[in-house]
Amino acid sequence: MAKRFLSGNEAFALGVRLARPQVISAYPITPQTIVVEKLSEYVEDGSLKAEFIHVESEHSALSCAMGASSVGARAFTATSSQGLLYMTECLPYAAGGRFPIVMMNANRSTALPWNIYGDQRDSVSQLDSGWIQAYAENAQEALDIALMSFYIAEHPIVSTPFMANLDGFVLTHTYEVADVPTIEQADEFLPPYRTKNKMSLSEPKNLAFSAGPESNTIFKLKEHLGVLNARTVISEAEQRFGKIFGRHYTGLTESYRTEDADYILITLGSISGLVREITDKLRAEGKKAGLLRIRYLRPFPNEEIAAAIRNAKAAAVLEKDISFGNEGTVYTNVNSALQKAGINIPTSDYIGGLGGKNISAEEIEGIFAELEEEKRTVKFLGTGGEESGSQCKNAQ
Amino acid sequence: MTEILWHGRGGQGAFTAARLLGEAFSLSENGYALAFPSFGPERRGAPIRAFTKLDDKAIGNRSEVKKADYVIFLDDTLFGESAFDELKPDGRILLNTKKSFDGKRIITIDGDSIAQRILGLPITNTIMLGTLAAVSGAVSLDDISAAITRSMPERLHEKNIAAVKAAYEEVGL
Repeated sequence: MAKRFLSGNEAFALGVRLARPQVISAYPITPQTIVVEKLSEYVEDGSLKAEFIHVESEHSALSCAMGASSVGARAFTATSSQGLLYMTECLPYAAGGRFPIVMMNANRSTALPWNIYGDQRDSVSQLDSGWIQAYAENAQEALDIALMSFYIAEHPIVSTPFMANLDGFVLTHTYEVADVPTIEQADEFLPPYRTKNKMSLSEPKNLAFSAGPESNTIFKLKEHLGVLNARTVISEAEQRFGKIFGRHYTGLTESYRTEDADYILITLGSISGLVREITDKLRAEGKKAGLLRIRYLRPFPNEEIAAAIRNAKAAAVLEKDISFGNEGTVYTNVNSALQKAGINIPTSDYIGGLGGKNISAEEIEGIFAELEEEKRTVKFLGTGGEESGSQCKNAQ
Repeated sequence: MTEILWHGRGGQGAFTAARLLGEAFSLSENGYALAFPSFGPERRGAPIRAFTKLDDKAIGNRSEVKKADYVIFLDDTLFGESAFDELKPDGRILLNTKKSFDGKRIITIDGDSIAQRILGLPITNTIMLGTLAAVSGAVSLDDISAAITRSMPERLHEKNIAAVKAAYEEVGL
């Protein structure tokens, strides 16, 4: 392993190179561009033996990846924001076809108003497309997820595409220290892709077919179970990863000082680092603060959230998305997890960081302070604290 | 944590200097650093800012630096009184200029002349990096040289290492 100073994009691209994808089809878009540029350089300089397909759009990028996957190749693509939305038709197609493609998504706002900066409305809008969704906190985790994603997606009991999300700019364009594994270590971790779900002259079968009303539900159930199976495979991959690389991950969530916490902030992505620092600061002041970091939005960590929150007095979600006319989608999912577990504590939702707006240390301290009031609110950070609508009042 | 705010114009290499500083610092044991530019479209000649954060533990706060220990100007046309608003109480301003300024809080260096002599170009990013190393003691010349060797194109190594050393010696004298 070698300690390097890398941006999130560079780290992810190195992780992908270590995974030896055979086909890369991608279209550049800010802030993902560097990943595609780096991978095309690796193919050009021979350090990655892959077909790099220059496509004319994101719709074709994912279509090509599906074609590659359907003949048993390890396939990768990357996108962001409008690009992700442009390939939307292909997302459930890839998931329903059970093609274990890995896609990196640089989280970026969606138009209008036009904005190139980071928020998570792009990927969160695609939660129902059938893809596994992971969110990295820093460059190291981005690289490690890049490598693990293929293992998880391609596992026969999963066979589901994988979307690895990196916050645009604050993660993709920030340089930090990361350990880069050797190719020998990577090869030890990740075996070549072998599947029966492919077009083959020696074993001909029908792929990507129609399924009418009688059989459709069973395919959707199997697809659902594939995503759910990722839970155990993620755990297996992380244990295997820890043995080889000495870095340990904690499954669908990461709990930080939640065991005896009264007030827990639930969040995801690169803002978690700042929340962790604020948690430590509040703890030093004698306040029982905790952080629950969601690492995977699909499969959703229902049990992990319930277990971490069970003894808290109140919890809040800090998220960079909004389901217009309702509330933040992560908040909806978290409340569902708590309700199913019979946990009835006040929860609040803070929508922040939209269009790349900075979330400050003071704002996070403010959320923890408001948690002590043990109310139910939905707020947009940085707008003067207005509640988002009547439904949150009704919830009280 | 030591926080550095770089001011330059597009094309002057402010972000490259911010990144080299972070890389150099992270070569030391328990050296953690973040380096990033002010995000957005880049245009040659337009004012840009870049940031480096240095600490002995992992850095979670990815926000822009509001109050810096060192505010560095590659170009003195960007410098004004507002620079002091971005400075911590004990902070220092490092300014590439031919002019002279009063007060202990501003450290000046004629980086353009050094750049013309060594690089043959008015590019002062590595010169201001050498100035910072001399003033702050945060990074060693060896680690800066190693960072240059690791992350700059090979044809730039020798001259930029020489530029860093020249600035370091000039400020040290």
